[in-house]
Amino acid sequence: MYEQIIIAGFGGQGVLFAGKILAYMGMDTGKELSWLPSYGPEMRGGTCNCSVIIADTQIGSPIIQRPDALIVMNKPSLEKFADSVRPGGVIVLDSSLIDSKVERDDVTVIYIPAMKIAEQAGAGTLGNMVMAGAYMKARDDMFKVDDLYKSVREHTPAKRAGLAEKNIELIKAGYEFKQC
Amino acid sequence: MSKVLMKGNEALAEAAMRCGCRFFFGYPITPQTELAAYMAKKMQKNGGTFLQAESEVAAINMVYGAAGAGARVMTSSSSPGISLKQEGISYIAGADLPCLVVNIVRGGPGLGGIQPAQSDYFQATKGGGHGDYHLLVFAPSSVQELADMTSRAFDKADEYRMPAMIMGDGMLGQMMEPVEFKEFADPASLPAKPWATTGTGMKRKKNIINSLYLTPEELENLCVEREKRYDKIRATEYLYEEIDTEDADIIIAAYGTIARVAMSAVQQAREMGIKAGLIRPITLWPFPTEAFAKRAETAKCFLSVEMSMGQMVEDVRLSVNGKKPVYFYGRTGGMVPEQDAIVAEIEKCLKNS
Repeated sequence: MYEQIIIAGFGGQGVLFAGKILAYMGMDTGKELSWLPSYGPEMRGGTCNCSVIIADTQIGSPIIQRPDALIVMNKPSLEKFADSVRPGGVIVLDSSLIDSKVERDDVTVIYIPAMKIAEQAGAGTLGNMVMAGAYMKARDDMFKVDDLYKSVREHTPAKRAGLAEKNIELIKAGYEFKQC
Repeated sequence: MSKVLMKGNEALAEAAMRCGCRFFFGYPITPQTELAAYMAKKMQKNGGTFLQAESEVAAINMVYGAAGAGARVMTSSSSPGISLKQEGISYIAGADLPCLVVNIVRGGPGLGGIQPAQSDYFQATKGGGHGDYHLLVFAPSSVQELADMTSRAFDKADEYRMPAMIMGDGMLGQMMEPVEFKEFADPASLPAKPWATTGTGMKRKKNIINSLYLTPEELENLCVEREKRYDKIRATEYLYEEIDTEDADIIIAAYGTIARVAMSAVQQAREMGIKAGLIRPITLWPFPTEAFAKRAETAKCFLSVEMSMGQMVEDVRLSVNGKKPVYFYGRTGGMVPEQDAIVAEIEKCLKNS
């Protein structure tokens, strides 16, 4: 396994945090991993992305040239990264925030209204968790969603355990979402 | 202890405190700030002193003072801030004091930018400040190596009584990877520094920390003595990693995070049937000359890949000593060489040689 994931969206959507929980899952399951954020003179509402690699072998470049998976939460990021995804790869797209379709037939695309699902659950800021759940479903053959739940619990401070459970609830919503 | 997920900047700070560093003097600058912030949060709890100085110049002179008193001490900054510290670094080298200076390099010259770069190679390895002196320069390429090299840098600085530098870049500083730390070392357990100005207690002769010598004979003798130490370091303290070099037609030279992009490029080239290899200097001074000299006998050519306009390439050329062509490929100003571009460059070099 050498899974290269780019998570992209606007600053404030929890792009970096979504990457972080996947990274924790990688670490807790004994994999090699790297997590690289975009950084710069950025501001709230600007674009933001992070690159996460989870692998069985030593990780070379932490910069991802051709991602296996793209988790995308705004249109500018879709335009920026859609073509770079490897043939056979997966794109998880928040259809409540992006109104366009992916013009490729060599990748699996999951359209999920993540922000809407999060809002309906009373947690409008946790669309990132719904997206992570949908990604886990697409990668059912690679990762176990239970491992992700475990890592979320383990790396949330005890006094904020309620937040961990809310995150898990929304990951689950994304994981169980059925595309029609 | 088990692995934790941490940013490079924070891992360096944690590793420094664990190996007995109890004094940090710095001034914030992107992309190094998390290091100072982590120190601000933790140093006092660990019984040490964190001080945000009024300027970089003040910070390095506080390091000078603490080092003279025998403390394990460090400062950190990024390129423009490191330029400001050069006078102090030269004084510290001239007074034969150990300390650690961290440079999380960003694009230059001048204020430059805040994205990663390697354009301070000359400054780190060829002087930077005035006078005949060197720094021990470490260039780790992963968060784990960053933590490991931090304690090594402190130990070697003490052993040879000279300043050490860790050169990272914005990418390494911002990136998170799992890292395993050593247990906390008691600063009192570190080797004694009988030369330090700790008070005579009326029992011994005064120790003097100084870099001013007005008698030329005396100053020359000191420089000659220091050079002997440098020669020993050149012969014994270089570190490097070699990947797929045995049968390689082309050998890439790259350090720090770019060595990892280069490593991926080497793999990609191998998959295309090109015999490529990588030599990754881990110490930039002393430079692992021997590794390149040895492979100059077997490889057809070399390619130095850097985030600069071509700096380390000069040391690669000196090491290869004219035996084989040495090419250069780099991006600068905060741009990072892409894997595909390195592979394309590999193909071009092999065609030319």
